[in-house]
Amino acid sequence: MSEISMNTASGVEGATAQSQLRDVPAVRMEAVYKHYGDFTALDQVDLKVAKGEKIVVCGPSGSGKSTLIRCINHIEKHDEGLIYVNGVELDHQRKNIDAVRRDTGMVFQSFNLFPHMTVLENCILAPMTVNGMSEAEAKDLAMHFLTKVRIPDQAEKFPGQLSGGQQQRVAIARALCMRPKIMLFDEPTSALDPEMVKEVLETMKKLAEEGMTMLCVTHEMGFAREVADRIVFMNEGKVVEQAAPEEFFQHPKSERARTFLDQIIH
Amino acid sequence: MSHFSPTAAVNYFFNYFLMKGVLVTIGLTVAAVIGGLILGMGIALMRMSSNPVLSGFSRFYIWFFRGTPLLIQLVVIYSGLPQLGIKFSVITCALVGLILNEAAYLAEIVRSGFMAVSAGQREAAWALSLSPWVTFRRVTLPQAFRLMIPPLGNSINSLLKATSLASVISVEELMRRSDMLMQEHFQILEVYAAATAYYLILTSVWDAIQRRLEKHFGRSSAAKSRRIAATAPVAQTSVEARA
Ligand SMILES: Nc1ncnc2c1ncn2[C@@H]1O[C@H](COP(=O)(O)OP(=O)(O)O)[C@@H](O)[C@H]1O
Ligand SMILES: [Mg+2]
Repeated sequence: MSEISMNTASGVEGATAQSQLRDVPAVRMEAVYKHYGDFTALDQVDLKVAKGEKIVVCGPSGSGKSTLIRCINHIEKHDEGLIYVNGVELDHQRKNIDAVRRDTGMVFQSFNLFPHMTVLENCILAPMTVNGMSEAEAKDLAMHFLTKVRIPDQAEKFPGQLSGGQQQRVAIARALCMRPKIMLFDEPTSALDPEMVKEVLETMKKLAEEGMTMLCVTHEMGFAREVADRIVFMNEGKVVEQAAPEEFFQHPKSERARTFLDQIIH
Repeated sequence: MSHFSPTAAVNYFFNYFLMKGVLVTIGLTVAAVIGGLILGMGIALMRMSSNPVLSGFSRFYIWFFRGTPLLIQLVVIYSGLPQLGIKFSVITCALVGLILNEAAYLAEIVRSGFMAVSAGQREAAWALSLSPWVTFRRVTLPQAFRLMIPPLGNSINSLLKATSLASVISVEELMRRSDMLMQEHFQILEVYAAATAYYLILTSVWDAIQRRLEKHFGRSSAAKSRRIAATAPVAQTSVEARA
């Protein structure tokens, strides 16, 4: 159990070696481009995320938010530029991709739980097949994180039997079972009924409080204000603005960000 | 001759000669399903491959075998190929024809089953660092297979009946043996009543097996059957009547 009770956050141990590691950003993107045919989905994106930092990515639909976040764990291949995750370069080499994916967890808008497996089976599959854990160990670990997202009692159910909010919390627990150092969220509450948004955001806040490095694409501006260290605003594949939440909400620099905020805050 | 003799029909039903024909029909079906599935998976993999030669060949194969009658395929293999110096036994001809034909249908079923599994499932597996093999074996295949069962069942049902076409190239399966019995006493209705009963029994037994399979692989409740209902028509389109 000692491994389980260990904090998921990186950098909280406070050793000197750790502080040196801290200088390596969690994510570093330099002049990253991504094309779909003639269309440029990421247009010279530069982004640096420090360890423990919480970033909220926002912007109009089609601005490249999902593409950005999906390039970080190589679910989308970037075409040009450099991406480093915890110092590992994503250069399309298998071993580096694997290393990066082991360091990152991802939560999708549509949950993407495996519908033919129970909640518990969803959670133990990767720890057992990737990390070679025994079933008992993996189950302990899974129950630990299911308890953390407050649905240990649903472990034996199938995803289809749960509400959207519960499914998304399972998806978060499933990702945490791989003990990622960085969590990527792509509009985790957009597919939820309004009354379930809160429970998922609460779970994410808790994770943030524990020091997890987080990149969240979300339009939940309340969450952004409360949790984000920095807002990254995207438009047409470009990072247009980066600022602390207060700054961004009160004094958006670009016209595009102003109109976006007007629409979203109404 | 304007009467129908139920006793004669029952006698035909229990006729050993006819029963052996039933066994041949079952054998042909089972062999064609197994051979067709193996070949069909290969064809489906080629069809999904990014290599244009492989996918082009697979596309052509499916187009060809689904676009021509099984009857012509069997006759060409049986009587046409010897003209080119290629000669198989009768039963081999029937098996080759049925397998080649069935593979084309099963390839489409296998492919549409895999295509119906959402990309998000694979992405979630990648994000969890699952290996390609584990992703296939534990995530994609079980979901695809569940979606394949209904169209697979339909295809096997129609294959069961399509084996009767092998009678034309003189394979002594149920249909051919019924013909032979019919030639003896010209009790046309009685003989075919017995043959019809056998076909109905075979298709009904298969139906029951199919329902069991569906139940077994749909073990996770209502949410699942809704998904099957929603996605099955996609896969279903690939099953058409043959012959
Ligand atoms: N697989 C794809 N093929 C072609 N175009 C794509 C693909 N994925 C995304 N795009 C396009 O790239 C742009 C950015 O997409 P995305 O990153 O999903 O935007 P956002 O998440 O900000 O709404 C969109 O215009 C979208 O149509
Ligand atoms: Mg998006």
